[in-house]
This record gives sequence, structure tokens and C-alpha cells, in this order.
Amino acid sequence: MTDHTVSAASQAGARVSPLSRVREIVFSSPLVTLAAIILAVIVLSAIFAPLIVPHDPVRLSPGERLKPPSSEYWLGTDAFGRDLFSRIVYGGRISLVVGVMAAVAAVGLGLILGLLAGYIRWLDAVLMRMVDGLMAIPSILLAIAIVALWGASIWTVLIAITIPEVPRVVRLVRSLVLSAREEPYVEAAIAAGSSTWLIMRRHLMPNTIAPLIIQGTYICASAILVEAILSFLGAGISPETPSWGNIMAEGRIYFQINPGIVLWPGLVVSVAILSINLLGDAVRDALDPRMAKRGIER
Amino acid sequence: MLLYILQRILAAVPVIGFVALFVFLLLRLTPGDPAAIIAGDTATPAQLEAIRDSLGLNEPLLIQFFTWIGQLLQGDFGTSILSRKPVIDLIADRMEPTISLALTTITLSVLIAVPLGVIAAWKQGTLIDRFVMLLSVLGFSVPVFVIGYLMISTFSLGLGWFPVQGFKPISDGIGPFLHRITLPTLTLTLLYIALIARITRTSMLEILGDDYIRTARAKGLPERTVLMRHALRNCSVPIITVIGIGFALIISGVVVTESVFNLPGLGRLTVDAVLSRDYPVIQAVILLASLIYVAINLLIDIAYVLLDPRIRYS
Amino acid sequence: MSLLRIENLRIALNGDPQAEVVKGLDLAIEPGQTMCLVGESGSGKSLTALATMGLLPNVLQVTDGSIRIKDEELLRASRSRMRSLRATAMSMIFQEPMTALNPVARVGQQIEEVLEFHSDFSAAQRKSRAMDMMEAVHLPDVEKMYRSFPHQLSGGQRQRIMIAMALVMRPQLLIADEPTTALDVTTQAQILKLIQELREEQGTAVLFITHDMGVVSEIADDVTVLKLGEVMETQPVESLLRHPKTDYSRDLLASVPSQVPRPARDPSSDQIVLETRDLCKTYGGGGLLKRGREVKAAQDVSISLIKGRTLGIVGESGSGKSTVARCIMRLIDPSSGEIVVGGTDIATLSQRALKPERRKIQIVFQDPMRSLNPRIEIGQSIIEGPLNFGGSREAAMKRARELLELVGLPASAVNRFPHQFSGGQRQRIAIARALAMDPDVLVADEAVSALDVSVQAQVLDLLSELQERLGLGILFITHDLGVAAQICDDVLVMQHGRVVEYGPAGEVLGNPKQDYTKALIKAAPGRHWDFANFRPFAEAAE
Repeated sequence: MTDHTVSAASQAGARVSPLSRVREIVFSSPLVTLAAIILAVIVLSAIFAPLIVPHDPVRLSPGERLKPPSSEYWLGTDAFGRDLFSRIVYGGRISLVVGVMAAVAAVGLGLILGLLAGYIRWLDAVLMRMVDGLMAIPSILLAIAIVALWGASIWTVLIAITIPEVPRVVRLVRSLVLSAREEPYVEAAIAAGSSTWLIMRRHLMPNTIAPLIIQGTYICASAILVEAILSFLGAGISPETPSWGNIMAEGRIYFQINPGIVLWPGLVVSVAILSINLLGDAVRDALDPRMAKRGIER
Repeated sequence: MLLYILQRILAAVPVIGFVALFVFLLLRLTPGDPAAIIAGDTATPAQLEAIRDSLGLNEPLLIQFFTWIGQLLQGDFGTSILSRKPVIDLIADRMEPTISLALTTITLSVLIAVPLGVIAAWKQGTLIDRFVMLLSVLGFSVPVFVIGYLMISTFSLGLGWFPVQGFKPISDGIGPFLHRITLPTLTLTLLYIALIARITRTSMLEILGDDYIRTARAKGLPERTVLMRHALRNCSVPIITVIGIGFALIISGVVVTESVFNLPGLGRLTVDAVLSRDYPVIQAVILLASLIYVAINLLIDIAYVLLDPRIRYS
Repeated sequence: MSLLRIENLRIALNGDPQAEVVKGLDLAIEPGQTMCLVGESGSGKSLTALATMGLLPNVLQVTDGSIRIKDEELLRASRSRMRSLRATAMSMIFQEPMTALNPVARVGQQIEEVLEFHSDFSAAQRKSRAMDMMEAVHLPDVEKMYRSFPHQLSGGQRQRIMIAMALVMRPQLLIADEPTTALDVTTQAQILKLIQELREEQGTAVLFITHDMGVVSEIADDVTVLKLGEVMETQPVESLLRHPKTDYSRDLLASVPSQVPRPARDPSSDQIVLETRDLCKTYGGGGLLKRGREVKAAQDVSISLIKGRTLGIVGESGSGKSTVARCIMRLIDPSSGEIVVGGTDIATLSQRALKPERRKIQIVFQDPMRSLNPRIEIGQSIIEGPLNFGGSREAAMKRARELLELVGLPASAVNRFPHQFSGGQRQRIAIARALAMDPDVLVADEAVSALDVSVQAQVLDLLSELQERLGLGILFITHDLGVAAQICDDVLVMQHGRVVEYGPAGEVLGNPKQDYTKALIKAAPGRHWDFANFRPFAEAAE
């Protein structure tokens, strides 16, 4: 009985307009509101980077190497005399693009493969063995191997980050489809002569949307993290295009002279990922408090 | 029950097979000439030919694959292009720091994270719970190397308590060993505390809502007994799973930590191999990591048998 | 002095007086007495029990009132005092024996645990006391059973373990919250008998919570009827069954399906709309390593259903009745045999070839909460089938409105979502969806089992009315003999996948030939009472 009231309430919640839903989530706690504001600032400054930065992020000024913070160079300069603040602002562009695109690609690919695996028996067996295999390879190892072989560009980095994320999405979608298939309303659709395609589109796919939005935000956070790690290990995008990771990578050897080169971008990347994760948790709590049970955990 | 374990072992075979195939194809199907990628832009034709020869790239794909698998089964992981030593020897040389770091990290994080997770679930919604959850999100969000550099700047450069980098094997005495492994361990531990505490809390919450917990309370048992004897016992399966998988995938964190603290372990070996495109080494490390993953998963499955009578007696 | 006295109990969601779920309940139980607390879902009967035990979930709070056991106020007792009262002064058993026991602990130890915290027995004494208690609840082979894990026991055995656990400290009050609802009818009869027996032996008072008037008539001394958190009336059982004081109780009793088969109807047609011949479904077997244990879920089931008639398939859980229904719908593939729908054998048709045949046969499922897609307006759910077979959306929607009116809902409801309807209304919508295909056969798979008894009666009436009007053949799957007796022309009894008895309802239920059928009928609670006429059947015969 209690169960029914709860599910009725959550379904009723699903009917609220998307905009008020977003508002409700953003203001669910002060921490989440703060996260949303910080993320908005980071995204906007990445988009409008040329209007914000005081210096050209790639111009070399050999005379200005490793300067401490000043009114001219707010966070100081790096080993080539480039302005650290400007590089961090520009670096957000690569990191955010990688994060968002990896999330979209992994969710898209995982959705298609997961639906197929959940609905077509023979394909399921093959796909799930592949998924098991891919999950057995530690993601950072897989990513650096791909980048090492294929050369570092934004595309290979993107692929290298996306591939290890896909199996988890496939598993998630598959399990959602398998449990939804048991629902009487899906069986009623089968009895009504609905085609497999119609059943997938109408009855199965909508069940995956909320979990995928949440999984997507986690992938976005994780992709930014992995991009930073790849760059840090020297297997990322070349430093001509600044990214949060490669700024830190370049700063490593000068850490004892000017720790800011590592710590400032480190702070920004941590805060960005933290904000995305907090928002992801808030979305999860709002859309379905029981979702943790369905394997959406990192 | 034996049948169950046998089934699990057999199920692991295709997983390893797929990993091998994937690793194999990763090199062979790269756009362009694999030899040129490995040798770099300045290689002479003779060098290229030597690389092709050593990797057998001139043979048909299928023959290459089975030759390679045959070598693997004999324990031959190939020869490093950079150092010309057998890969297996390189790996053996680098095992100790990595294993030390992995063991200290897992031990410390389990000791901290499981009680944190249990308390957070039990006191759901209170300040303690929120603190644990925030700590856990932090652990997921701050890159390991940022934590590492914070540790260095605070405890090494600032307070001077620990050396900036380096490793001493445990055979040099427990003191020097701990002196050098402490910072890397603390660095990696935060991530694992986040992972384990979160799963512990989630599974604990789920189990605290189960009917038999209500039964235990209806029996008038003290809350401590309800938690420890009834809830935690049932929770052990997911917790052990996450610890096992965390351990199996620790190489991802180790790669970074070893770079930051310059530990001469497997992670360092991997990064050096990647930077010099020493594919035989990369390939061997990936295979090894996957084997460990599969083996640990097998151990987890066996642990299930011991922990859950429903599997034991079916 | 009453053993348990509850006065003006109020329970509210989050302590909010606007969201009260129990509204000023009064209840008193004398020592050794059995009090039944009866009500439909949402009546607050379980919450009252949990409040007494001090086990209410956190979101629900007692806002007012008093609960006293032997004059000790429980609502003001400390946590540790409540802990020591549980199992010694009052115990509770629950509805789901499958989940109420810790799956990873041996059942003997789970009983012993009670003694560990509430007595100063030595380990050996504890064990022997636990074993004695397991004997007392008539568990077989106690030595072995003591060392078993819950999953190795049947549902009935687990409930016996629960009872042993609850009574091992000889509390004066046993609270039983729907303890037999999840059990099969024969097991239910045994558990009811056991509770009666222990009550007499130990002098325990029982607060028995149920929705089932049959059970009430078997075990109650006094009955309290609840509706939406309020007490309707309290009476000794006999006088309640004969002379209910409130309209609500009267309606509740009148809705209880009678165990006596309805008068036979003359077949208006001899057209067979559905027939199965030697239908079998076998699970498992084969498999490289699984060393397949074959399960014969259904064996040689042959039925025939005539236009405008209702055939009931009756059985306990695991009897294979739902397997037969799902095979007939081709939601699962039968292992062998024929399924003839309107002259075509559909048992082996490919999904493609099956599609045109799907029109002729439709299904209504058990769970009203899950049988409609929560994200889709109900109108869209209803027209999904017709659109698969061509035809315009407008025409289909017009028909959907007509169908909604036919099943007793406003036509304007097409634009609403499932969560805006009650359980009974959703079953009506599911029926409308099935009818939208103009089927010859309607399969109702436990279609009224999840509904409250008053709603159940309405939906059964609706089905009869539709059958009359549209000439539907109905295949009615149920575990409830009363429901079967009320609406079926023919009845087929199944056990362990086999057909036990098959014939006209009056014969099978009124004059059963097989021992199993006899046992089923004998176990049905309240079979001596003609609830709808407020008297025992024995008096009706006089």
C-alpha cells in the first residue's frame, strides 16, 4: 500500500514541466545551487574566452618566464612566459567539449547497443561477452594505449575516453530493457500485435531516458577527469592547444618553483568535476530516489 | 557448488579471449603503418623492417594472431622495442612497488570506508551522512595527481615530514618503506574511500529497508546487533564486489600516482612505454591487468559462495 | 483490565495533521482473545500494528493518542524499554514469509537469537528451547530444520518459523499482519489452525489483521472494521456477520464472493472460440553445464471455450495456470500441443504470421499498477492495438471513448495518465484496451486478485455484463475458488502442471470427484458462511 502511494507520487512528479523540474533540482540544496552557479561561470567563460582573457594564451614571451602572480599576470606565467589565467580560461574549452561529446557519444552508442542486446537474444550473448572483455581492461590503460597508437588529437582523445565508458551504458540500458520487458504493459503491447520497433520506441526507450541523463552527467565528469589524466601523463592533446590537463603536465617539472601552474588548473578542474557530479546526484535524487538500486553508481 | 565455480571459470575464458583479440587488433587496425607509429617519424626503413619482423607484421593477420596466442600461452610476452629485454622480465622487476602501493591503499581505504558507509546509512540524512557523501563526491572529482601534488606541497615541501618522491622496498626495513609509501598511499586512498564508502552506504540503505531487518527489530534486538549481525552480513556481497573490482582496476590509479611520486612500478613502466610507443610492453600490461581483473572476479564469485547460502546450496 | 488498549490513536505522514492516515482509532483486546482488524487497502490496519510495536517507518508519526499494554504506556516508553517489551510482551509476524527471515542465517539461530537477548539461558538451554518451539509449530525433522537456511524451506514452513520466533518468549500478545495472504489456500488453513492451537495452549491474545472476511469468520472472537483510518464498528464476529451496523460493513460483506457455484447457464451457442490440445510447456533441460533439471510447467492441457461462456482455470501457485494463459497468448512458446483460436492453430506460427491472429484473443493482467504504460495517455494505450491493424487515428480514438464509457469511465478520460486512476479504474481501462481489438476471447490472468473485495465485485460484474453484451469467451485464471464459483460456467483445476479435474462449475466445485479438489474446497476459509445473505449456508438450506 505504501509502495503504491510512493510510486503514484513519483509518477505524478514526472508530469511537471521540464523547466520547473530543472528549477526544482537546482534549488534542492544550497550546495547544488552553488555547483550550478560555478558550472555556469565556467561554461560561459569558456564560450566567451576571447572577450575575457587579458593575454593571448599561446603567445610565447621568453622574457616573462615563471613570473609570480601580479596585476599584469593574475596567476603568473608558465615556463614559456604564457599567461596562466588566459590558458586556464581557454583550457576549459577543450575539457568541456571533450566532456560533453564523450557523454553524448557514449550514451548514444550505449543506448543503441543496449536496446539491441536487451531485445535480440543471439546478439545479446555476443555483445555481452564483448562488454565483459572491455570492462576487464582498466579504462586509463585502454585510453592511453589508444592515444599512444593513434596519435594524440582531440578526436583520438575523444575516442579513447568514450570507448571505455560505452560498456557501462550498454549494461545499464540492457538491464533497464530486460526489466521493462517483463512489465505487463509491454506484454499487452505484444498481445496487441505491436512491432518490435514500436515497442522499443514507445515502451522501452522512455524508461531509459532518466537513467541515461544521470549516467551522462557522470560520464561527462569522468571524461574531463580522464582527459586531464591523459594530458598529465603526456598522452593527451598537444600543449599548443591548452587544456586543463596539459597545462598541469607542463607545470610538473616547475612544481617546486611555481606550484601554481599545477595547483590552479587542478583547482579549476576539480571544482568543475565536483559541480557536475553534485548536479548529477541532485538529478538522480529528484528523478528517481531508487535509481541507485538499478546500478547507476560509479 | 563446484559446478558453479567451474561455470564461472569457463565463463571467464571468452572474456580473456576477447581482451586478447582486442589488444591484438588495436595495433593491427591502426590507421597507417603500425611499424611507423611505433618507430616514430625519424625511423629508417631498416628499423621499420626490424620492428615489422619482431612483431610478425608481415604475416597474414590470422597467422599473426595464432602465432601470438601460441607465444602467450608459453609465457612469451615478446620483447621490449626500447630496451630489447623480454617484457616479462621488465614487468617482474617493476611488480614490487605497485603491489605494495595497491595493498596499503586497499587496506587503509577498507578500514576507513566501510565504517563510514555503515554509519552514513544508519544515520541517513544527518550531518554525518552528508559529510560522508560530500567526501565521497570529492574523492570522485579531484584528479589523483592534484591530490598528490597537494600532499607533496603540504607534507613534503611545507612540513618536510616525507620525501617528495622515491621508493624503498620493505626488505630495507619497515621504517624507510613506510616513510616513502605513506604519501602515495594517502593520495590514492581518497579515491577508494569515495568508491567503497558510497557503495557500502547504498547497499546498507537498501538492506535496512528489507523485511528481515524489520523482523530483527520486532524481535527486540539491540540496534547494534541488527546492524552488524543482520544488515552488514547481507551487505557483504556488494561490498566485497566493489573492493575486489577496485583492487582489480587499481592500475588506473597507480599509473598516475607512480608518475607523481616517481615510484619505479608497473605504472611508471606503462607510461614510459606509452611515451616511447613500446607496444609489446603496453600490450603485456593490458593483458596482465585484464587477467588480474578476471582472476579477482573469480575470487569474488567464490566469496559469494561462502557468504550466501542461497548459492552454496543450489 | 484489557491486555492491549489503544485510544484515540492518530498517525500522520510527517506528523502533518492534514495528512492523517489513522484518525482517532480505539481498540481493546482482552487476554487470550482473538481480535480481527479488517479493512481494505489504505484503512490503516497495518500501521496500527506497527505503531503498537514501535516500528513505524520514519515518515509516519503518531501525533496523538495512547497505546497501553497491561497499563504501560508504549508511546512514552524509552527505546530500550520498547526493545525489551518486543518478543516478551508482544510479538509480530508479517505477510511475506519469503522475505521476513534473514537469508544468510540458519533458521534455528534466528529463533535462538530472541532468547539470547531476552533470557539468561545458557547456549544449550537456548538451543533446546528453540527446538521445542519448532516442535510446537509442527515442523518436521527439527534437527535438520534447525540447521536449514530460509531459502530451503517452503512458504508455509517459513511462516511456522516466524511464529516459533514470535512465541518463543511466550508473549501475551501476538500481532499477525496478514500472515496467510501470501500463502496458498491449503497452507493458509494449516497456519490458521496452528495460530488457534497455540493461542489456546499459551493463552496468547491475537491481533489478527486481514482483508479476508473468510479468514475472519474462521478465527475471530471480535472484529473491528476499519475504513480509511477510522473505526466503523466493533462487534463479536457472529453478530457482525449477521447484523452489520454500518452500510460500509454491509457492503463489504455483500461483496465477498460466495463459494457456492452460480446456477448453470444454458449455452447460447456451440461455437468453439478457443481450444487447446495436449498443450505442454517444459522449462530447462539441455544446457552444456547446467545439467538441466526439467520442469514441466504444464502438461497435456486440453481445454475448449465456447462463445459467450467463461472457463476458469483454478490452482495454487506453481500449478501452471498462468503458464497456460501465457502460452495461449503466445507470450511464451509452448513446447508442444495445439492452440486453436478461431479455427487456426497458432501454437507454432511465427511472430509475423501470428500478428493477424492476435486480434482474436486479448489479455488482462493482474497488477493494475503495471498493466498500463505510466508515460502514455490512456487513450493512446487503448488505440495502440487497433492502429497496428490499420485504420485512422480519429476512428480509433472515437472507439476508445465509446469503450471507456462501456467500462464505466467518462469518455473524456482518454487524455489522462494512468496515475490519475485508482486500481479498479485501471483494470477497467485495461479491459477497454483489450476490447478495442474486438476479440473473441478475453484471457483474464488473476485480473481481480490485486483489487479490494468491493472493487473486485464491481469488476467481476463488469466482465459478466460485457460478456453478455459482446458474446465474449472468457478464460479466467484465478487462485480464488469463490471468484471462480461466482463467474465460471466451467472449471478446470490444476496442480503441479497437470489437469486434476475439468467439468461444469457446479460439478467440479459442488460435487468434486478428486481428492485434491476436495482438499482445496475444504481449505477455503469461510466456506460455511453465505456472507452476501448474512447467514451460514446451513441456515439457508433449512
